[in-house]
Amino acid sequence: MTKRHMTDRKDCVIIGGGAAGLAAAAACRENGIEDILLIERGEVLGGILNQCIHDGFGLHKFSETLTGPEYAQRYIDMITSRGIPVLLNSMVTGLSPDKVLTVINRGGLHRIQARSVILAMGSRERTRGAIGIPGSRGAGIFTAGVAQNLINMKNFMTGRRVIILGSGDIGLIMARRLTLEGAKVLMVLEKLPYPSGLPRNINQCLRDFDIPLHLRRTVSYIHGGGHLTGVDIAPIGDNGEIQPDRAEYMECDSLLLSVGLIPENELSRQAGVQLDPVTGGAVVDEYGQTSVPGIFSCGNVLQIHDLVDNVSLEGEALALGVKRYLEAGKLAEPGIKVFPGQNIRYCLPQHLSGQAPAVISFRPSVPGKLHTIIFSQNGKILRKKSLLKINPAEMERIELDSALLESGSPLQVELVPGRLQS
Amino acid sequence: MKAQDFSYDVIIAGGGVVGCAIARELSRLDLNTALLEKEPDVGWGASCRNSGVVHAGYNNTPGTLMAKFCVEGNQGFEVLCAELDVPYKKVGKLVVADGPDEVPALERLKAQGETNGVRGLEMIDGDRVRELEPHLEHAYAAMYSPNSAITSPYLLTIALAENALANGVDIFLNSGVERIDRTPSASTAGGPEGIREGFIVKAGGREFRTRILINSAGVNSAELSRLAGVDLYTIYPCRGEYYVLDTYAGELVQHLVYPVPKPGSGGLGIHLTPTVDGNILIGPSNEYIESAEDYSVTAPVMKTLSEEARSYMPQLNGGFYIRSFAGMRAKQTPPEKGGYFDYVIKEEETCPGLINLVGIESPGLTASAPIARYVSGIVRNIVERSGREVCGKPDFILKRTAPVRFAEQDDEVKAKLIAGDPDYGEIICRCEQITKKEIRQAIENPLGARSLNSIKYRSRAMMGRCQGGYCTQRILQILRDEYGIMPEEIELGKNGSWVLSGGRCDVT
Repeated sequence: MTKRHMTDRKDCVIIGGGAAGLAAAAACRENGIEDILLIERGEVLGGILNQCIHDGFGLHKFSETLTGPEYAQRYIDMITSRGIPVLLNSMVTGLSPDKVLTVINRGGLHRIQARSVILAMGSRERTRGAIGIPGSRGAGIFTAGVAQNLINMKNFMTGRRVIILGSGDIGLIMARRLTLEGAKVLMVLEKLPYPSGLPRNINQCLRDFDIPLHLRRTVSYIHGGGHLTGVDIAPIGDNGEIQPDRAEYMECDSLLLSVGLIPENELSRQAGVQLDPVTGGAVVDEYGQTSVPGIFSCGNVLQIHDLVDNVSLEGEALALGVKRYLEAGKLAEPGIKVFPGQNIRYCLPQHLSGQAPAVISFRPSVPGKLHTIIFSQNGKILRKKSLLKINPAEMERIELDSALLESGSPLQVELVPGRLQS
Repeated sequence: MKAQDFSYDVIIAGGGVVGCAIARELSRLDLNTALLEKEPDVGWGASCRNSGVVHAGYNNTPGTLMAKFCVEGNQGFEVLCAELDVPYKKVGKLVVADGPDEVPALERLKAQGETNGVRGLEMIDGDRVRELEPHLEHAYAAMYSPNSAITSPYLLTIALAENALANGVDIFLNSGVERIDRTPSASTAGGPEGIREGFIVKAGGREFRTRILINSAGVNSAELSRLAGVDLYTIYPCRGEYYVLDTYAGELVQHLVYPVPKPGSGGLGIHLTPTVDGNILIGPSNEYIESAEDYSVTAPVMKTLSEEARSYMPQLNGGFYIRSFAGMRAKQTPPEKGGYFDYVIKEEETCPGLINLVGIESPGLTASAPIARYVSGIVRNIVERSGREVCGKPDFILKRTAPVRFAEQDDEVKAKLIAGDPDYGEIICRCEQITKKEIRQAIENPLGARSLNSIKYRSRAMMGRCQGGYCTQRILQILRDEYGIMPEEIELGKNGSWVLSGGRCDVT
């Protein structure tokens, strides 16, 4: 009875010690926030970066190419050298709207009253069940990230004759990884007419290893009893429908799915944080503050990123808002709604107060060549920028000078073809 | 001694919910009983692949065993679940009419239920339906059945088997019956008017001897009967596919929501079923197929299920889907006939000592305990025919305790659990908040079932929205590091379903 109600108090608690949480924690301390606690459920910091043993991380952030663990270590070193307290092997199981956290670890069940909370829980992979592939439900079907963990962290080999469904980045990385481990990767299938992963991964993970990428193809049926023995591969018609009657059988011993990531907002829901149905993450302002004052969100729990460097930037950017919130007890009302115009799948933040520098991140809804991104209010163009290429696989981040914003009127973000003449 | 010579008074072939209920019922008696199951765990046929509904008993023709046992089963279910520490929720059922034309069928259903002895049935109007289920799109009227309930069909099956085991029943997994021979009279006979013959049963590489053989083999019951020399039955496997919805959808549906059954249909129609774990099931379809083992899900049915779900409630969209599965009805009615035949539960005249249970389809889960009592009566008669008296065991253990479900406890209890065993402080399955302690208890289950699915059914790990994305690798690691079970030895479910068909990275 005595221990149960002992509630610890913290100015800022960061949930998740992956790329986003590490960057946010380091930046908060840098900005003078002293009373911080970083909570991580794993036994080490770094999150999913630890299983990403390939390189290519850090090109933007550190101007060099690092492996996942190396990239994580840069931030872990900052956390350590700044003396930021870390709680490892600890799962946050509860978060109330008034920012009381329930934390479970081998030491017990703990309560922490936080003044501010940073959500940095990352994402989970979309599964076979969620996309509803017909057929049997035997062994041999993995999401790409699970396969990556099993192979890179546990030395467990998931299969020797592999088909990969979905051309997301993890699937592409795993195509190369499995090949290097001696498996035969038969093909990567993508239902869309263009790849979902980054161009560099298409080149370095597929082309360099002669692994075919079949666009507008999907798995229409999984064969086998206890273990899968093969799959039917069917084309996608012009109407977007799968054409099972034109399917071809292909033998394999495992199927990897790289069909998207879903932000892990279970705790955010508990806290009453408003979520965006398009991104699956929180609705935030330019500070990264959610609909619940004092709760902030960054990284893959906010929106799915393609580059970890951008995750870090998003985490670091929260420090300003957290600091202002802790000092003033609140942040300015975000009165400017941001909405996506043509060729934009979504843009973030969803609204702005106009009181802080804003970085607008967005994803195009279609791939294309030269386009111009235009930010406008009531038809008045605030900023435009030419983009040589647009690709739904690549998130763009563009700064917007908040001094240009007119309070109260909505901000439109759109992508128009070609170069806009002014 | 008995474990070596494999001689029994009674052998039950088939470890589904009915076979396990019979095993438990017989374990009350001073009989030497064994249960044979072909799969690596109990309950992997129809018993783990259904809606988990405890039916009230109004769907079945008056005077049938189906109707009698369903009503009896429903009335005793809560006590049974309490004895065995199995989840049970009396959520109630709405059989919903879309328009006035369906009301007469509802009234017939109600009258039939009342004839069968079902209590509490009530006709309610559309407003009352919407009060009970605010998200239902169309509801003209409904029959409300307050005593319809839900349970966990696989946890019940496991609990029955564990309790039978605790009471002395030998359980042999991976022991599908391959061959049945009659033993010559005299050799095993109990007395002059007793059993004239016994059985030699070859299963799982062993040779069993028994005086009484109970066939509770579900979809394989006709085949097993044939093996014993009674070629009287045909089972037509009839598949039912389901979608499992995220617990986030759970708040949308409070009751079992059923359509008015179509005349002559061999199923109850696609319905919405809340589960004891807070998910929603959509299903099942109703499709006769060739193979009793084909649990595939199919594109056309998945499409139909999702359309049906949205016609009940437009909110039930694909975003909630976390898994699909299929179950199998052991139907005696051929496809061209449809509907239902009554359960066959009897000692075969032409094969004394063989007790056949054929066509135990829905409501088999609800009816399992009364069926078991009925079979126990037949067993007693057979044994007593031989001049031997059957007595109850004075030391019968009535109660079975399930492992504590950490996620369902309040914080105070959680804190105490962790203080008592720090393994409760390590969460392995994040979606369902399943701790390492519960994983260990599932691995160390009394039946000795070792597959990942066995761990899943017992602990609920891997059943959440990420479908094992977070915990599978952790469970594999626990199996390797703490139990010495190497990755190449781990199966998902059935024999040969190697989880890691690639073995180890450094071994090719």
